[in-house]
Amino acid sequence: MKEPTTDDRTLDANAVAGMLEDLFGADMTVADSKCAACGREGELGTLLAYTLAPGVVLRCPTCTAVMLRMVETPRGMLVEARGLAYVRITR
Amino acid sequence: MATITAVRDETPRVRSYTLGLPRWTPHRPGQHYDLRLTAADGYSVQRSYSIASGPETEGEIEVTVERVVDGEVSPFLHDVAVVGDCIEVRGPIGGYFVWETTLGGPLLLVAGGSGIVPLMAMIRHRAANASRVPTRLLYSSRAPDDIIYANELRDLAARADGLEVIHTLTRSQPAGWTGYDRRIDDAMLAEVGRALGDAPLVYICGPTPLVEGAANGLVRIGVPAQRIRTERFGPSGK
Amino acid sequence: MPERFVTRGFEGKPRATGAAANRVPPGQYLTKDFPVLSAGPTPTTNLRLWSFTIEGLVREKVTWSWAEFQKLPAQDFAVDISCVTKWTKLDTRWRGVSIDTLLESVELEPRGGFATAYCDGGYTTNIRLPDLVNGQAFVAYEYDGAPLEAEHGGPARLVVPHLYFWKSAKWVRGLHITEKETPGFWESLGYHIRGDPWKEERYSGD
Repeated sequence: MKEPTTDDRTLDANAVAGMLEDLFGADMTVADSKCAACGREGELGTLLAYTLAPGVVLRCPTCTAVMLRMVETPRGMLVEARGLAYVRITR
Repeated sequence: MATITAVRDETPRVRSYTLGLPRWTPHRPGQHYDLRLTAADGYSVQRSYSIASGPETEGEIEVTVERVVDGEVSPFLHDVAVVGDCIEVRGPIGGYFVWETTLGGPLLLVAGGSGIVPLMAMIRHRAANASRVPTRLLYSSRAPDDIIYANELRDLAARADGLEVIHTLTRSQPAGWTGYDRRIDDAMLAEVGRALGDAPLVYICGPTPLVEGAANGLVRIGVPAQRIRTERFGPSGK
Repeated sequence: MPERFVTRGFEGKPRATGAAANRVPPGQYLTKDFPVLSAGPTPTTNLRLWSFTIEGLVREKVTWSWAEFQKLPAQDFAVDISCVTKWTKLDTRWRGVSIDTLLESVELEPRGGFATAYCDGGYTTNIRLPDLVNGQAFVAYEYDGAPLEAEHGGPARLVVPHLYFWKSAKWVRGLHITEKETPGFWESLGYHIRGDPWKEERYSGD
């Protein structure tokens, strides 16, 4: 059977829901978000998740721009979210 | 911390584990738990597994795990773990891919392989609440032996309460099979979805290529994109 | 401090033993597979549009088309590679052009001590020039005797085997020579600026 491609390995951000909940203290998969690059709006759960990497990368499903990056280091979790125009967290 | 209280074989490569949870809280159908294994040298690995049971079963959950050949957690669960073992778990997690009877319908569920698991939680929850939401499950498997929950699905469909189960068997079919025998495509989705109207709630779960194909196909045949929720499981097993 | 819970019967990854053991950097385990790690979708690049460029602090920018690149003197390389996610693979075989060969075509300005490798898909990584020269790095277009697959960085990728493999940028399109070291995609988010597996330089501050 054909070896799965990177693109076969793409997941939805739902796959990192636990990690996001640890960081933000709330279920982030239902948080509204907007892509800073193309303006696409949608729940964070719809973002494409690349988890087989030295860190987690969440990308816009419309334009594939990087929206969120997370790296777990011994000194804590580094998060970079410049690709998020906003995220709305309801508590 | 969960304790394995029961193990059941579903298919040659798939097993269900009942996990007793002293700190059980009701989950929403479609959510998952993260399971973590830790070796003596501190090496640890974590994987997410969808909950197969509905929240109506208290104090425990069922997770259904396909043994992935070069996996780290599933071979351990299949080959080493036994009833009585304790496993570190965290959950329930993930509010995006959930369906409850309060969300209504009609409901189109599309599953590939072990993608049936979170959808089974939805189906069991629907049955436990005697819901009559019109529901169709399109379930793609390679062969009859690979169909997970085959008997239970047949029994639930036989109740004629609005649930229909449609299988497609992509590699081998039993003698006399008159059902679908190919991968899910737009034509199949259109036929299966027809009875549910223009804008069903759709949940698709399975290997990434199947999920993307089905989601794009449904949009092509006119289902509004915002009614479709997906859970990609990554590549299909070898 | 509470005892960490250990899962009964779980042994994790096997550690290397015997002769292989001293080829495996600390904290790594051996793999026979070639895991694919990626931060995004696999780019597809038309070879007719592909080019490799060395620019920045050079007297004159130099660009090779695919056809021109294929005509450059190429070598076979057999190297061990280590990924920061802890797998190490021994004796990987590549064919490509040494960075030394490429640098013969440019005149580096004396202030240029660092390079940023940039790639299709937007990935970048930074490498010091001393880590790129003297046979330590190459641009590979064949792996294991066949054209490099897109999954693994084809048509061409940078390979810098003495550093963690995140520095071996897939889908590489050029090197930008700079005076200051500019952290790349992972270096800017917690990973070590240099990444020497033998010193376990995984994260910044290590």
